[in-house]
Amino acid sequence: MTKKLLNSAVFIIFFVGFVNSVEFTFDLADNAEDCFYEEVRKNQSASLEFQVSAGGQLDVDVSLKDPQNRVIYTQERATFDSHQFVAESTGIYAACFSNKFSSFSHKLVYVDFQVGEEAALPGIDEHATVLTQMESSSQTIHKSLNQILDAQTHHRLRESQGRKQAENLNERVMEWSLFETFCMCLIGAFQVIIVRNFFRERKPSQYRRL
Amino acid sequence: MNSLLLKVLLLFCALNGALGLYFHIAETERKCFIEEVPDETTVLVNYKVELYDPRSGGFMPSSPGIGMHVEVRDSDDKVILSRVYSSEGKISFISHTPGEHIICMYSNSTAWFSGSQLRVHLDIQVGEHAIDYANIAQKEKLTELQLRIRQLLDQVDQVTKEQNYQRYREERFRHTSESTNSRVLWWSLAQTGVLVCMGIWQMKHLKSFFEAKKLV
Repeated sequence: MTKKLLNSAVFIIFFVGFVNSVEFTFDLADNAEDCFYEEVRKNQSASLEFQVSAGGQLDVDVSLKDPQNRVIYTQERATFDSHQFVAESTGIYAACFSNKFSSFSHKLVYVDFQVGEEAALPGIDEHATVLTQMESSSQTIHKSLNQILDAQTHHRLRESQGRKQAENLNERVMEWSLFETFCMCLIGAFQVIIVRNFFRERKPSQYRRL
Repeated sequence: MNSLLLKVLLLFCALNGALGLYFHIAETERKCFIEEVPDETTVLVNYKVELYDPRSGGFMPSSPGIGMHVEVRDSDDKVILSRVYSSEGKISFISHTPGEHIICMYSNSTAWFSGSQLRVHLDIQVGEHAIDYANIAQKEKLTELQLRIRQLLDQVDQVTKEQNYQRYREERFRHTSESTNSRVLWWSLAQTGVLVCMGIWQMKHLKSFFEAKKLV
């Protein structure tokens, strides 16, 4: 009896305390598939957000699988999206990013995998008393600031998408112009050689026949 | 009863301490993550490596033989940090230049083991997420409200840094676009010049050639 009680008590603490959020950008090689796994508990809400910031057509195949290996969310050739879900069962959820369709361009993919709600500050939200106005407004500010930070991240990613493309364009313009200048000179010289060839004196052996 | 309590508590600690996200890499594989951060921002990286155990078909919770080489490079490709850590580690660094910081990890295993799989638990926290408020509250003896205000200040600080960084990036973006624009312009002029020169040279050359051959 006590054992059961203890177990459930510990699990309740565990439920409350279990929170995770990680965001990063990784390089997805061509023809590769990268998977990231995260444990999600039953009825816990989680969200997956991704954005391709460079490489090829800025697209990637994404799939999210539950512990029973069923696909609960999939996107093909998407540039960015976010998906929120509530876990139906406890277990390992896998988020896979595939670049199998692209054989020569590698991609930069930003991933934000959040599980559960944000952890409360120590000491706060622990007692069940009514919040003072100061407390509740500071909490509101905190939430708004979180939104601002999220918006900034989003903006930063869009900006880096544009910037990388512009840098790429700049480089390509440079390379192409060098290449074309080289081509023009080569063709010019070649044309002269051909025209000269038309009027080249024939060898004496060819004259004899005339 | 006491030992049971201890066990459960230990289990709880172990589970809670476990890092959420993980992925698999081959033993000799190198995995890199990019974090785009403003300057003067703390980045906290937590990782734990588990080696695949073919006998049990699972992953060994602790693999003392395995070490991880962690390398951090900033946006100028300068190495900030490059060290070999054990199978579990906590790394933190403060960015001095804004931009993309590349965090690379690879195990120190020799090719002897290659083919075996590693499971890497990873947690990366940036900016105000990396701050441990429980620690601060304890150290500075802040009340709940003071702690909350402290958090708000940190967040606003982060927003300001991010905005400064945004300005910096916008400037870079604009420079690139302007550079592309002027390069296209100059090149079109240069191309016209090259074409005209080429044409004149061709004409002159052929003319003198025909004259020399007495064809004209």
